[in-house]
Amino acid sequence: MFDNLSDKLQRVFKNLRGEGRLTAENMDAALREVRVALLEADVNFKVVKQLIDGVKQKAMGAEVLNSLTPSQQIIGFIHEELIKVLGSHESKLRFANDPPSVFMIVGLQGSGKTTSTGKLARWLSRNGHRPQVVSVDVYRPAARKQLSIIAKDQQIPIYEGTPEETLPVDLARSARRETVNAGRDVLLVDTAGRLHIDEDLMTELQALKDLLNPVEILFVADAMTGQDAVKSADEFHKRLGITGVILTKMDGDARGGAALSIRHVTGQPLKFVGLGEKPDALEPFHPDRAAQRILGMGDIISFVEKAQQAFDQKDQEKLQQKLLDNEFSLEDFRDQLKQIRKLGPLDSLLKMMPKVGMMKELQNTSVDEKELTRIVAIIDSMTPKERENHMIINGNRRRRIAKGSGTTVNDVNNLLKQYTQMRKMMKSFSSAFGGMGGGLAKGLLGKKLSKLGLDKPGSGLPGGMGKPPAGWPF
Amino acid sequence: MIQTLFGAQEQEPSLLEKLKAGVQKTRDGLVGRIEEVVSGKKQIDADLLEELEYTLISADIGITTTTEILDRIRERVDRKLTGDAGELKGLIREYLLEVLQASDSPLSYVDAPPAVLMVVGVNGAGKTTTIGKLASHYKAEGKTVLLCAADTFRAAAIEQLEVWGERTQTDVIRQNTGADPSAVAFDAITAAKARGVDYVIVDTAGRLQTKTNLMAELEKMRRTIARVIPDAPHETLLVLDGTTGQNGLEQARKFTETAGVTGIVLTKLDGTAKGGVVVAIARELGLPIRFIGVGEKIDDLLPFDPEKFIDSLFS
Repeated sequence: MFDNLSDKLQRVFKNLRGEGRLTAENMDAALREVRVALLEADVNFKVVKQLIDGVKQKAMGAEVLNSLTPSQQIIGFIHEELIKVLGSHESKLRFANDPPSVFMIVGLQGSGKTTSTGKLARWLSRNGHRPQVVSVDVYRPAARKQLSIIAKDQQIPIYEGTPEETLPVDLARSARRETVNAGRDVLLVDTAGRLHIDEDLMTELQALKDLLNPVEILFVADAMTGQDAVKSADEFHKRLGITGVILTKMDGDARGGAALSIRHVTGQPLKFVGLGEKPDALEPFHPDRAAQRILGMGDIISFVEKAQQAFDQKDQEKLQQKLLDNEFSLEDFRDQLKQIRKLGPLDSLLKMMPKVGMMKELQNTSVDEKELTRIVAIIDSMTPKERENHMIINGNRRRRIAKGSGTTVNDVNNLLKQYTQMRKMMKSFSSAFGGMGGGLAKGLLGKKLSKLGLDKPGSGLPGGMGKPPAGWPF
Repeated sequence: MIQTLFGAQEQEPSLLEKLKAGVQKTRDGLVGRIEEVVSGKKQIDADLLEELEYTLISADIGITTTTEILDRIRERVDRKLTGDAGELKGLIREYLLEVLQASDSPLSYVDAPPAVLMVVGVNGAGKTTTIGKLASHYKAEGKTVLLCAADTFRAAAIEQLEVWGERTQTDVIRQNTGADPSAVAFDAITAAKARGVDYVIVDTAGRLQTKTNLMAELEKMRRTIARVIPDAPHETLLVLDGTTGQNGLEQARKFTETAGVTGIVLTKLDGTAKGGVVVAIARELGLPIRFIGVGEKIDDLLPFDPEKFIDSLFS
C-alpha cells in the first residue's frame, strides 16, 4: 500500500521502458511521478523542485530523446543529482589540533541524542580515541542517568557532576577539566532536547558553545521527520553553526527524505547513521550508498562488506576450488549455512539487496529462519560418509536421518534435491561471488534468488564494488 | 496595581485558550500560508492549485490527502461552483473537519475499574512524558491512577517514569531493567485490580514498527493483560511525534495491526511542526486523535476535539 520511494521509481521507469522511447511528454510524466515519490518520502518540496529541475536540464541537454535506453539515462541523472545534494564523499569527523576535541550533540527532543552519544563514544574508542562523555541535560527526568548507564555499560568514562552543579555550563566546564586531567582526547557533550524556537534553551546552547569551543556540533535528526526538518535544522544551524548531522532510526522503514532536506538547507554533511538500539548500531554515512538505496539499487556494498567480515578469505579460496572441482559436499554446505547466519537475520540482509523485479516479491516474503535450522539439523544427522558422498543416502538412511533430525523423509528428499541441483549449477557461476553468494543463496531460498541476477557472473555486483554504472541494474 | 506589585495570582487560562495557544503555531503555519496563497489571487488557476499543493504538503498532510482536496476543488471549479479563491479556505476547512470528525469516537466505556491504558509508539515519540501528563490529567479529575513501568529495555526508562510518578504522586509498579515487560504488566494490572484504582497506564519500550519481534512482544503484553481483565487494554494509545512525516501513517498502520491501537496522542505541537499526518491517519485508518502534547510541563496535554482543533486553526 505504502510504497517505498524505490518501488515508486521502479514503476516510473518500468513505464518509461514500456514506452520504448522518451519524448518530451512522457518525460514530464515520469518526472512528475518522481516528484510525487520524493514528496512522499518527506523530501522537502524545495529540494524536490531543485532535484527535478536539475534532472530535466540534464536530460534536455543530453541526447536522451533519441536514446533507446532512456530509463537508464534518467536514472543516471537522478543518481547524480542525489549525490550532488547528499555530498559526493564520506565526511570524516574533525579533531582539534590541541586536545581535547569537544563534540556537542544537539537536536530536538526524542531524536536520539543520548543513544547516539553512547554509540559515538563507543565508535571513537574503537577507532583509537579516548573519549569522555557528559550529559548536560538537567531537564528531562533521568536523562543523565540514562547516559550514565550507557557509558558504564560501554566502559566509557563519564563526568557525573556534583550535587551543586545544576547548570549545564557548570557541568560542561568541570567535565572539560576532568577530560584534560585524565588525558582523554575527546569530550562528548550530550545536551538536552529542545525546540528550535525555544529562545532560552537556544541561548543556553550558544553559551555552551562559547564556553567549550567545540570542533564538532552534531545535529541529531530523526529519519522519520517530515517537512519540518528544514526548519529545525536551519534554525539550529543559524544559531550554532552545526558541523555535521547524525541521522537516526534508519533501521526502520522511513525513507529518510529528511537527509536530503537537512543537507540541502544547512550545507553540512551527514556524518553518521543510527541503525538500531544496540551500542554498535552506528555507521559512517555514505552518500553514494544512500543515493543508490533511494534509487532502488539496494545497499549492496554494505552487504558485501558485512559478508567479507563474516567469511574468511582463505576458506573462501578453498571453497571456490572445491566448487570448481565439483567437490562441494554437504558438510561444506552446512558450514556455509552457519556462516550466513553469522551475518545476522536474513530479513535485514534482504533489505540491503536491490529492489528490482523479483527481488521485490522476495522482500515481502518473510524468510523462515527455522528452515535454516532444519537444514542444518538434517545434515547434522548424517554420518560423515553420507556428508562426503550424498549418493549413498538410500531410503533406509533417509528414514534414519529424518528420525534423527526430527523432520520427515520428504524434508530430507527436498534438501538432497536442492543440493544436487545446486551442485549442477555451481560450476557455472563459481567465479561470481568468490563462491559464496549465488549458489548458496539458491540453495537456501529456492529458485527465487536466481531470478535476481545475483547468480550470474558479473551481473550481481558491479566490477570493483565501486560506483555502479549509471542505470545499473536496470 | 497592588496586585501587580505583589504578583497577582495568574489567571488560569481556559482550556480553549490553551488549545488555541497550543495550536497557534500550527495555525500560523498552515492557515497563514493558505491565506498567503489565496490573497492577491482572485481566480483559481493551475498556478494557485500548485502552490496550494505545496502548502498542504509542507504541513505533512501528505500527497494523497492533498490530491484529494485539490481534486475536489478542481471539480468545483470545472462545474463553475467555485471560481473565487476566497472560498478555498472554507472548502479546505470543511474537508479537514469532515475527515477528523469521521474518526472521532468516544473513549471506550469501562463498567468496572480499573481501565487499562496501554501507551505505545516508536522511540523518542514522547511516551513516558505523555504518561506523566495523562496521570496528572486523570488525577485532576479526581481519579486514582497506577503507572506500570513496562519499558524494561531502555536505559533509565524506569527512573524517568518514577520521576513522573513522584511529580504526580502516583505509584509506579516496576521490576528491574531487562525484566519481561509482560510480567511487569501482569503485576501492575493485578495490583490495580486489588487496590481498586480507576486507571492503570502501561508504559512500553519505544520500538520501530518494522521490528517484528518487538511488535510481537506487544501482542504478548496484550494477551497477558487480557488474562487479568478480559476486555483490557481498554485503550491503546499510539504516541506520535508531531514532527513525523509520512512514515507516521505506516506507524499507525503497523501498530494498529499488532497492538490494536484505538487512538492517537500527537506530541510536540509546540514547535513549528504541523502534525498534518494525523489527517492522513484519520482518513485512512479512522483512528481518532485523543490528546495533543503542547509542551514539557505537566499540564501541557490537551484533549483533542476535532471541531475545536479546526476552529482554532481557522479562527
